[in-house]
Amino acid sequence: MVCLKRVVDYNVRVRVKPDGSGLALDGVKMAINPFDEIALEEALRIRERDGAEEIVAVSIGSTDCQQQLRTGLAMGADRALLIETDSDLEPLAVARTLKALVDREQPDLVIMGKQAIDGDNNQTGQMLASLWDRPQATFTSELTIDGEVATATREVDAGLEVIEFDLPAVVTTDLRLNEPRYVKLPDIMKAKKKPLDVIAIDEITDDTAPMFAVTNVAPPAERAKGIIVDDTVALVAALNDKGLI
Amino acid sequence: MGRVLICAEHDGERLNLSTAKCVSCANSFANDGIDIAVLSENGGAIASEASAIDGVSKVLHIDSNDNGAPLAAIWAPQIAALATDYSHVFGPSTTFGKDLMPRVAALLGTGQLSDIMSTTDGRVFQRPIYAGNAIVTVDASACSIIVATVRTASYVAAEEGGNATIEHRATEAEIPSHTRYVELKGDTGGGRPDLQTAARVVSGGRALGSEDNFKLIYDLADRIDAAVGASRAAVDSGYVANDLQVGQTGKIIAPDLYIAIGISGAIQHLTGIKDAGTIVAINKDSEAPIFEVADFGLVADLFDAVPDLIARLGR
Ligand SMILES: Cc1cc2nc3c(=O)[nH]c(=O)nc-3n(C[C@H](O)[C@H](O)[C@H](O)COP(=O)(O)OP(=O)(O)OC[C@H]3O[C@@H](n4cnc5c(N)ncnc54)[C@H](O)[C@@H]3O)c2cc1C
Ligand SMILES: Nc1ncnc2c1ncn2[C@@H]1O[C@H](COP(=O)(O)O)[C@@H](O)[C@H]1O
Repeated sequence: MVCLKRVVDYNVRVRVKPDGSGLALDGVKMAINPFDEIALEEALRIRERDGAEEIVAVSIGSTDCQQQLRTGLAMGADRALLIETDSDLEPLAVARTLKALVDREQPDLVIMGKQAIDGDNNQTGQMLASLWDRPQATFTSELTIDGEVATATREVDAGLEVIEFDLPAVVTTDLRLNEPRYVKLPDIMKAKKKPLDVIAIDEITDDTAPMFAVTNVAPPAERAKGIIVDDTVALVAALNDKGLI
Repeated sequence: MGRVLICAEHDGERLNLSTAKCVSCANSFANDGIDIAVLSENGGAIASEASAIDGVSKVLHIDSNDNGAPLAAIWAPQIAALATDYSHVFGPSTTFGKDLMPRVAALLGTGQLSDIMSTTDGRVFQRPIYAGNAIVTVDASACSIIVATVRTASYVAAEEGGNATIEHRATEAEIPSHTRYVELKGDTGGGRPDLQTAARVVSGGRALGSEDNFKLIYDLADRIDAAVGASRAAVDSGYVANDLQVGQTGKIIAPDLYIAIGISGAIQHLTGIKDAGTIVAINKDSEAPIFEVADFGLVADLFDAVPDLIARLGR
């Protein structure tokens, strides 16, 4: 199972509405969360390398998420599931929904992004693994599978940590796990025939109430305008003046 | 308000400074006391270090063979078992805390706040979203236990000077065997200061062009006793190891001085350096976005400017 979240494209510079009520997101370009594209690519490679019965792509969100699921099908997923809701779910609610899906689908592996680049939460995979009581390999940059046991190299602050774990498990991807393939036109045509099921979220779970209330959205503090120095002499002098070197 | 529990980060020998930064965050609002949980194997020295942080009442020390490596699947149930006496459970927003805290929160049946930057009362918090393009204020009053990661770049570490009692605790949770630590392939950084805590950082980008050319960055860093960082492009191209990546999905840092060399200044990179005291950019393109945030910009070819700087900073 692979999770694909629909998010604002990473090239878009998101702006806060002047009244602090939220973000100006009307009409901005949307895409699959970049880490989730990496997750799907990894699933495809596992299938090509070790074999996998089926790859199911899952998205939780509005009906528009079908666009991202279609892209996932074109990349190579066999089947897609949209768990439809118009609410913006918190990570725990997403994890609870995914747990209910995991109970239905019984996957051997769930691959998801380490973080969604909209909320920057970096929580959902860990929460799913926790609710499921299964291993988690977060921030993975290398993954090998040998029967029922997997080995992951994880990008941690101190370097690269290697862990070994039993399947089923949750893996979250880091940027260097792979480079996702491009979708080719014939694949887009083929993807139109692949199954994409839409299920209302209340058929899956009723446990998605928010815990947090967002009371304000503000732009970040601006840095004071700097100056352009002429040469390295001036730069060293400026840094000396400030006592920085 | 109740008590705050902080999950200590350490490398098996020494406490990570991120722990004292979490204490600082807890110190910034009224509460009934701050305790630190130290999970370790033969970690007596780590517990002592934790007990010396100013503002800490108690250190809860679970020393066990299970706790030799910080595996979230193994640590989370132990932290969750301790957490029930607390109103807040904090960990740092390092890879350690990001891995562990959501797992703890889910066990407690509660949500988690990531990267808290400030709070006035311990109930309402500020945190960045969209790579720092927006700051949201979040009210967590509805949570019975507030679980959060503390954005380390937003806090100055609490000083030493405390004298907390150390309580030895036994593991009161079932420890799974499904996850096993193998090894850490660490890049010790050649004895340079640690990127996350250094006062000065010199970073290089794609423009360096090769691992060999990246020596220029190390040379400059060594002249000013700085840590070395990099953009994602430099890491992806194999010039340096992954643990040097600065940015939205790498390390978020707040040095006094940050020098970006041959880095364009993509939003994902800038979010990692917003809290730096002074930012210097060297780039040959005067239109590069890095100049919008730089306090001092130098429009130059790095292969001229950097050797020149190294010579001027000669020691
Ligand atoms: C999901 C996601 C997460 C990301 N996370 C991060 C992250 O955490 N950190 C990060 O850094 N990036 C991240 N990125 C990547 C980011 O978008 C940029 O691609 C990256 O930061 C660019 O690196 P760069 O500035 O080194 O390279 P480039 O953008 O290629 O810039 C190179 C710069 O060097 C200058 N230059 C070239 N030659 C010379 C010379 N001889 N002398 C001086 N200047 C020269 C050029 O003018 C240019 O400005 C992320 C991207 C995505 C999609
Ligand atoms: N609404 C969603 N639909 C599908 N996958 C999601 C959703 N929200 C989160 N995820 C997955 O969880 C990962 C981490 O998200 P987050 O914890 O929000 O940073 C993402 O990269 C996705 O793989």
